[in-house]
Amino acid sequence: MSTFDPTVQPKSDRITRLVADLFAKMPEIEAARAVLITESYQATEGKPQVLRRALAFAHILEGLPIVIRPGELVVGSTTLAPRGCQTYPEFSWEWLQAEFDTVATREADPFYISEETKQTLRKVNPYWKGKTSSELADAYMTPETHKAIEHNIFTTGNYYYNGIGHYTCRYDKVLNIGLEGIKREAAEELAGMKAGDGNYVRKSAMLQAVIIACEGVIRYAARYARLAEEEAAKETDPARRAELRQIAENCAHVPGQPARTFWEACQSFWFIQQVLQIESSGHSISPGRFDQYMNPFLQKDLAAGQITRPFAQELIDCIWVKLNDLNKCRDAASAKGFAGYSLFQNLIVGGQTEDGRDATNDVSFMCITASKHVFLPMPSLSIRVWNGSPHELLVHAADLTRTGIGLPAYYNDEAIIPAMMDRGASLKEARGYSIIGCVEPQVPGCTDGWHDAAFFNMCRPLELVFSSGMDRGEQISVRTQDVETMTTYEEFFAAYQQQMNYLIELLVNSDNAIDVAHSVLTMNPFESCLIDDCMKKGLCLEEGGAKYNFTGPQGFGIANVGNALYAVKRLVFDEKKVTMAELKKALKFNFGQGIDATSAEDMVWESVRALQAEGRTVGQAEVAAITAAVANLQLPEADIARMTEIWEMIKALPKFGNDDDEVDEFAREAAYCYSRPIETYRNPRGGQYQAGMYPVSANVPLGAQTGATPDGRLAHAPVADGVSPYVGTDVNGPTAACNSVAKLDHMINSNGTLFNMKFHPSALSGQAGLDNFVNMIRGFFDQKGFHMQFNVVDRDTLLDAQKHPEKYQHLVVRVAGYSALFTTLSRSLQDDIISRTEQTSAQ
Amino acid sequence: MAEDYLNTTGRIFDIQRYSIHDGTGIRTIVFLKGCFLRCRWCCNPESQRYDIETMVVQGKEKVIGRDVTVAEVMETVLKDRPYYRRTGGGLTLSGGEMLYQWEFARDLLRAAKDAGISTAVESTGFADFARIEQLLPYIDQYLMDIKHVDSAKHKAFTGVPNERILENAWKISASGHTELSVRVPTIPGFNDTEEEIAAIARFAKSLPDVARIHLLPYHRLGQDKYDGLGRQYTLTEIAPPPAEQMQRLLAVARRESGLPCQIGG
Repeated sequence: MSTFDPTVQPKSDRITRLVADLFAKMPEIEAARAVLITESYQATEGKPQVLRRALAFAHILEGLPIVIRPGELVVGSTTLAPRGCQTYPEFSWEWLQAEFDTVATREADPFYISEETKQTLRKVNPYWKGKTSSELADAYMTPETHKAIEHNIFTTGNYYYNGIGHYTCRYDKVLNIGLEGIKREAAEELAGMKAGDGNYVRKSAMLQAVIIACEGVIRYAARYARLAEEEAAKETDPARRAELRQIAENCAHVPGQPARTFWEACQSFWFIQQVLQIESSGHSISPGRFDQYMNPFLQKDLAAGQITRPFAQELIDCIWVKLNDLNKCRDAASAKGFAGYSLFQNLIVGGQTEDGRDATNDVSFMCITASKHVFLPMPSLSIRVWNGSPHELLVHAADLTRTGIGLPAYYNDEAIIPAMMDRGASLKEARGYSIIGCVEPQVPGCTDGWHDAAFFNMCRPLELVFSSGMDRGEQISVRTQDVETMTTYEEFFAAYQQQMNYLIELLVNSDNAIDVAHSVLTMNPFESCLIDDCMKKGLCLEEGGAKYNFTGPQGFGIANVGNALYAVKRLVFDEKKVTMAELKKALKFNFGQGIDATSAEDMVWESVRALQAEGRTVGQAEVAAITAAVANLQLPEADIARMTEIWEMIKALPKFGNDDDEVDEFAREAAYCYSRPIETYRNPRGGQYQAGMYPVSANVPLGAQTGATPDGRLAHAPVADGVSPYVGTDVNGPTAACNSVAKLDHMINSNGTLFNMKFHPSALSGQAGLDNFVNMIRGFFDQKGFHMQFNVVDRDTLLDAQKHPEKYQHLVVRVAGYSALFTTLSRSLQDDIISRTEQTSAQ
Repeated sequence: MAEDYLNTTGRIFDIQRYSIHDGTGIRTIVFLKGCFLRCRWCCNPESQRYDIETMVVQGKEKVIGRDVTVAEVMETVLKDRPYYRRTGGGLTLSGGEMLYQWEFARDLLRAAKDAGISTAVESTGFADFARIEQLLPYIDQYLMDIKHVDSAKHKAFTGVPNERILENAWKISASGHTELSVRVPTIPGFNDTEEEIAAIARFAKSLPDVARIHLLPYHRLGQDKYDGLGRQYTLTEIAPPPAEQMQRLLAVARRESGLPCQIGG
């Protein structure tokens, strides 16, 4: 039996002040880390790479400026300015230098950068030329892969530009044995080896690196202990002086030693969470089952009368603020795909213990309350739901959902546990799962999931079916059968599968190239000592040290492809109302609804390449003439009318998301076209590929690179997000949408699926509203749905926020797998969120 | 021929899934066409006539009403079974007046009960009790409007007197087949005085068994539909009752009936 106290604790004024301070200024890029890592690398050339990484990490922690922000109870900041970020030139840096003058004014996630910082970075960055993981990855990729990326079939930019992250480490181990304990384990491993052992060279270097890294972290905490002591000496307010003294004592003790109190446990957790981000720029470093590893410390202090519940709540709230203090600057294109300054630190509560009992405890409730108090996007709060979850916990969660913050996301144990066992986890391990980043489940503490490995746009191969693999006049994929010669739907579907299979293979090549580059250049010994079985194997996480290794690239556009396949079958092959030639033309000319600049450019390219293929030289004059011809292109009225008619016919067809078995089956098949080929591949760390179905926010920018599709989606409009119905096409209410989504095979997509729903606040009003909402989730989960998340905010509020962003600085919305501040999102992403179908309850 | 009743045909104008403010849990509401009453505040005027008709909705003509079999309706109703199971929800018949098509209503309710789905009806109770009696075994919750205890005023605002309604309320309550709730659309100028609500509450108290009383505050959400149907909305002068007044009336209803009372569905 789970035991818990669901009493809601009050919010302290301290939290209000800490949040206000956090948003006082625009986030800023700082140069300290880049300078320090460059110094260290220059001094360690020729040493084993893993030692260089550890020495650089320790050197950064030695030199990084430290600060205790006013009123903090839990300390440790990566930047002097709140929400600032450091740079990570060992992965990539040229994009940032190119964006120096635009990064402060770009639409998605702008960062301030001072002239001084620019100067400093210009000085140290050139050292990295030819030494970065991104350059090495490029060198490993095949020319065909580069071509596919260039033509926007998929993007693997996440790990190309950055560190990997995407794990949950053994926080529990640090809390209970301290980094000193981990150092002892490393020393014992070392002592058990002989210099002649086959793995000695590699393993001993790795273990030495672990010891160096742990010592670096312990010294870093000691710097904070001294700073707190100094500030206490200067402090005039006796209450704050006492706090600073306690902070000093905490930092002198943890994370080196085991935590003795709940406050120390909070501080120890935080140091680990923070320095992991300093080590690599990987995001989605997820706290995981915080309620499980923190609760014993709370219970011990409560039993001893050493802590009050309100103060425990305040400490958790302080951690929530700190999680929003961390930041990361991505390149402009990636920033659009991960919009909202998000670091995707996923923290999950509830679920089951490893022996199958309900795991809800006091901290589970306090975490939900903390999100309500702090009301910011981090952590990406998640909740595990199973048949034994207490209704009180879900109602407490729904009460948070009702605020419109987009948190928590709901996960279904009854689907995820079997899916994980199918990937090799034991029952105990699977019961202990947590979520990484957006929606990706893993066994925490022993998995390198490489989740979020790519965005694969499933609509692009569909476009290539109509051009037999040609894009902008170039053969970039397989030359499948000319659509106009197809006589059966089966031929069409086979061509789509061929396109998919070919491009998926290139996606794998790209990911594996990046994977190898990281294993050679940018392994991270500190994170590795906190993930099983890296130390035993003597390999870092990037080198395959984890017990479980996956690569999880995500596909999206299922609803579009499903609806499109259905439309083609019905209108072209079954009912013969539209010829394939007509459909092809309608797609090219955007159903007669107007051609934008991108489409015009595509047409110019096609003409130019066609002329070149005939052996003709195409100079500037010819290009100008073609461009003018395209610009002046006037389609006959009759053509436009017919295309519009085709568009209307398509729009009138049933669509995925309305609980229509026939069309829903096409969406299911469309999803398989991605997930089945994916799971046949292996990665360089000896693990399996597993598909995910979630877009982060890339469905908008990648949609902007996709022409009109046969489901009636116009050119360059966003594609469907995750497994959700396409915007505006689900009209039968939330249960119908849920049922459609539940018909997909979620379990094969073990890298996670994402289902977005938008509710009007009236649908959650009153106790009955909450009860029914919670039970609707349960009803979806009874059908083996995987995940659900909600935006509860009315359309008028969002429209007003677009007009008056200054009034809505703190308006948090659910984007995709994470929440973000609405006003920080690009206009097109804002529009996409507004247009997601708003589910109201029937009155 | 045991399943003959599944082929019974009726005329509906909408099926609404995920209705959460009418009855217990998540419900699917089937709106039947045709009504004996002509309540002046009716928010579904397109439900009143049995004939299939055209209504202008957001500038476009929409056909209101289609003929369907019990089996066809059940196909949609069954889709939300996982949600009924989790919430105690189910099928609700609304309208219009389901008794206007009492045989179709009976067979639809029976089909739901056969499928293990709980049932509710929103009904005026204005029909021969001999007919209502045939439906009662299949109705778990009867949500019945008692609009006024004064028959003349009832007739002036709804088109029919109330004697049969009050009598049927008693019989339904006494039948032991179903849980009866009394619903009072609270309409300014018609029944929104403390005395009128008190009289309805006392009537409810006089019945053998009433689960609760709902006061449903008047709203204007159906007003546009009158324009869409080319009909006149005759209550343009009145405004929804203020919250304080509803609270006062709620207190009166509680005091006079001694029953659980609430505002809204």
